[in-house]
Order: sequence, then C-alpha cells, then structure tokens
Amino acid sequence: MRIPCPHCGTRDLREFTYQGAALAQPEGDWSPDWDSYLHLRDNPAGETRDRWYHNPCGTWVVVTRDTVSHAVTGGIAAREAGA
Amino acid sequence: MAYSGWRIIREALTGNAGWAPVWRDPAPRDAYDIVIIGGGGHGLATAYYLAREHGLKNIAVVEKGYIGGGNVGRNTTIVRANYFLPGNSEFYSHSLKLWEGLETELNYNVMHSQRGLINLFHSDGQRDAFARRGNAMANQGDDAVLLDREGVRAHLPYLDFDNVRFPVYGGLLHPRGGTARHDAVAWGYARGADRRGVDLIQNCEVTGIDIEGGKVTGVQTSRGGIKASKVGIVVAGRSGQVAAMAGMRLPIESHVLQAFVTEGLKPCIDHVVSFGMGHFYISQSDKGGLVFGGDLDFYASYAARGNLPMKEHVMEAAMTLMPMIGKARVLRSWGGIMDMTPDGSPIIDKTPVEGLYIDCGWCYGGFKAVPGSGFAFAHLIAQDRPHDSAARLRMDRFAKGRGLMDEEGTGAQHNLH
Ligand SMILES: Cc1cc2nc3c(=O)[nH]c(=O)nc-3n(C[C@H](O)[C@H](O)[C@H](O)COP(=O)(O)OP(=O)(O)OC[C@H]3O[C@@H](n4cnc5c(N)ncnc54)[C@H](O)[C@@H]3O)c2cc1C
Ligand SMILES: [Zn+2]
Repeated sequence: MRIPCPHCGTRDLREFTYQGAALAQPEGDWSPDWDSYLHLRDNPAGETRDRWYHNPCGTWVVVTRDTVSHAVTGGIAAREAGA
Repeated sequence: MAYSGWRIIREALTGNAGWAPVWRDPAPRDAYDIVIIGGGGHGLATAYYLAREHGLKNIAVVEKGYIGGGNVGRNTTIVRANYFLPGNSEFYSHSLKLWEGLETELNYNVMHSQRGLINLFHSDGQRDAFARRGNAMANQGDDAVLLDREGVRAHLPYLDFDNVRFPVYGGLLHPRGGTARHDAVAWGYARGADRRGVDLIQNCEVTGIDIEGGKVTGVQTSRGGIKASKVGIVVAGRSGQVAAMAGMRLPIESHVLQAFVTEGLKPCIDHVVSFGMGHFYISQSDKGGLVFGGDLDFYASYAARGNLPMKEHVMEAAMTLMPMIGKARVLRSWGGIMDMTPDGSPIIDKTPVEGLYIDCGWCYGGFKAVPGSGFAFAHLIAQDRPHDSAARLRMDRFAKGRGLMDEEGTGAQHNLH
C-alpha cells in the first residue's frame, strides 16, 4: 500500500503508523458515546476512513481506502477533515 | 465411516473407490431449535457440544462457504495454555484439557502434538516477566519451566545466541504446548456433529437476522429463511458484519494476519519457538514445512492477504533468530481475517437481543480455543448462563472498564493488540 500524505506526497506504507477508524471525539464527561468512540466499530468490508500518522513529517492523515481491495483513494490532513 | 490400516490397504488396491463423504450435505429445513452461524472450528465445536453435552437434537450450522474454508484452515496451528490474566488463564487451561482428550472424544486423528513451546527472552526485565507468567501458569495448574540460556541451547542449538541486539538469555518452556492438524479439527468436529444429527448446511450465507419484539426468531439466508428460537453468531473475522444484521456495533476491528511455509525439509525444529521481540514464531509441520508467522499488518482489512513490508519484517526476524533458515525456500504465504478486540481477548456472551448469542474476538489465537470455546458457547446457549471457564469473557468489559484482559499491558485500544 502507498498512502498519500498531503504534506509529502504519496509514500510507502512503512512510513506510517495506523491509528484506526476516523471518528469524531465526543465532548464532555463519560457517556456511552465514549464507549462508542473508543471501542465500537462499524468495521466495514469496503470503503473506510481511518487515521494514519506520517512519521517523518508528523501529519495526521485521514485516509480513504477499501478494506477488501487495499486500494487507497484519498488522504487529507486530519485538521481539515475535522477528525 | 471407520478408518483402519486394513481399510487403507483395501482401498489402495481397489482404486480408492470406496471412500464415501463423511458427513451429509443437507438442504436447510424451515426451522430448527438452534441455528449456529459460521462453520469454522468454533461453530462446529459449538454444535458438537450442544448435541453431546446437552442432548439437543434440532440444530443447524449455516456456513456461507465450505466447512473448514475459513481461519480454521488458515492458521499456524499452535495450541497452548500460557496466559497470564484471570479470564484467559482458566479458559485456555480448560481448552487445553479438552484438546488432550480430543482424539479419543472424536475418534479422529487431529495430530495433536505436545512437542513443547518455548518463549524466548532477551533481557533481565523480560526474564522477570516470564518468571511471573510461569508462576501464573503453575497457579492455574498448567506447566511451565524457566530455562536459562544453556537450558534453551540444549533444546534449540540452532539459534543465534549471541545476536547483538537480542542475545538469548533464556526461555519459558510450556511442555504441553504444541501443534495440531487444523483441517482435521474441523473435520473431526463436523463428523461428530453430523453423526449426532446436526445439519451442516454449506454454501448458505446468512444475510439477515430476524428479530421480533426484542427476541430472535430466525435468520435469512441465500437459501431462504430459517426459523429458530436461538441463534449463535460465530463468524470470526466477519463478526462485525453479521452482528450489524442485528443492529449491533461490536468492539471489533478486522485485521489481516499473514503466515508462511517453506518447502518440506528433514526434521530440524522440534518445538514451537516464539521470539516475541521479533514478533516471530515457528514450528515444523509433520509434512516437513517450516510454518512461521509474525504480527498483524496493523490496519483494518478484509483482504485475506497482506502487504510486503510485514513479509520483509518476518523474514528479517527469522534470519535474526535462526540464520540457518536462510537456506530454506518459502513455498507459500497467505493471510486470514482476524477479529481483533481492543484488549486482544475474546468474547462469549449474550447480546441485548433475547435468544441471540455471540462468540467472537479470537484475534490471532482462536485455534487453540476451538474446543474450549465450543464447549462454553454451547453451555451458554443451552443453559442461558455462562460456563465457569468463560464467565469473564464479557462484552461489556470495555464500556465498564472492569475485567479487561490486556495480556500485553498496552491499553485496551484497537491499534495496540
Ligand atoms: C495466519 C493465521 C495464523 C494463525 N495462527 C494461530 C495459531 O497458531 N494458534 C491459534 O490458536 N490461532 C491461530 N490463528 C487464529 C485462528 O485461526 C482463529 O482465531 C480461529 O480459527 C477463528 O475461529 P473459527 O475457526 O471459527 O473461524 P473460521 O474458520 O474463519 O470460521 C468462521 C466461518 O464463518 C463463516 N461465515 C462468515 N460470515 C458468514 C455468514 N454471513 N453466513 C454464514 N457463514 C458465515 C465463514 O465462511 C467461516 O467459515 C491464526 C489465524 C491466521 C489467519
Ligand atoms: Zn508527510
């Protein structure tokens, strides 16, 4: 897999650390929303959006890709994706 | 069908024309008392123990592909009970005891070979951690022997003991650990369940779960609707998708795990060797192939095949640990879809839907769990209360933060196990 970093261009998988599903963090104290955010997953077979950290430049990237074909179709900076 | 030496000779002389299928291939009936979704190791064992332990008759296993086509036939077959934390400890201990009686129980040769498993350590700190784990295993009633460097050398003379980064300090030997023939486990349970009247329905994909007034009433499949008052979900890597049919989101992310096998060689690796620092483990199959693997690729995937960087990493670890392996040639590699939970430990529990049960989250260690999981899941379905060995494998441990079984001590977070 090659992953697009908005800062550095498309780079080898080995330069990235995977964090997981790109979900919006809930506000406030503990609520079931936190369980949902931390633990529960849609876990789709198909298109997914997940967060990867580009180690050399320190950008968090929200990557759109397919979990069945491993095709990567997009990557934008997490701060622009709002996730 | 009975197997014997005579039978093999007779069949060999008569063109092997006399072998018949060992289980029926029934079409689905309209209704069963219990439907088990998933004909992998866990689903087949569940059906077997429902019939065997609880005397239940009217059971179907619904499998979308063929029996043994999932992870049960794709794993590296390590069977062990060397866990540390309450919950896992008693569960895997019970499962290993079932393994030890399995061939007699099923009257089927699953080639269970307790050749001993050695976990290597490479620092004083790691030695302390393994001494502690060994004590926990002994407390559970299982076996563990702490080996020093020379003790390891007596078993595994071919390791690179003086590797600069990871010199071998010693190992924790689990003598009852070993391997088994994965397909045979599926086939043995399938035959046993079929003989007890369980319908094993292949090429039948569950596409929906019927729920009325909070109670399960049956399933929809590619071969029509099937009514049932109890339904068990046991679909390993596909758990999230099948649970979604009942409106549930699970604490599960599916990841890919790869494995490798070399061409057949003369016997050279007698044990299961685990090199945790390199995320590498290896054993030799009875056919002679060196079977080895590493860690997850570490991204969500349903592809059942991995990427090259992890292949490279595994090969590097192999060369680091046992340079002799460089002479062997890799024959095949493959991947399987792993149902990863945040703490890396499994779930056997009821769901919020009455009559709907789930058995999932086996991560990369569910082969050794097949007997124990089938036994405990059958108990839960039949009696509506957990079996003692699996009472802590609760789904709500993540929401509550109580009873987490994070063996690695890295935190109950999806990308860390
Ligand atoms: C490379 C690799 C190495 C491994 N090594 C080890 C090891 O050394 N030791 C160990 O203990 N474990 C190991 N494991 C883990 C172990 O293989 C799994 O945890 C275990 O096999 C999962 O349970 P199962 O056998 O029931 O799964 P599976 O055999 O995958 O069964 C699930 C079944 O459900 C079916 N299914 C899915 N969706 C549907 C549907 N909608 N309708 C009907 N049926 C459906 C699938 O077709 C499949 O047959 C390894 C796994 C892999 C991939
Ligand atoms: Zn970058």
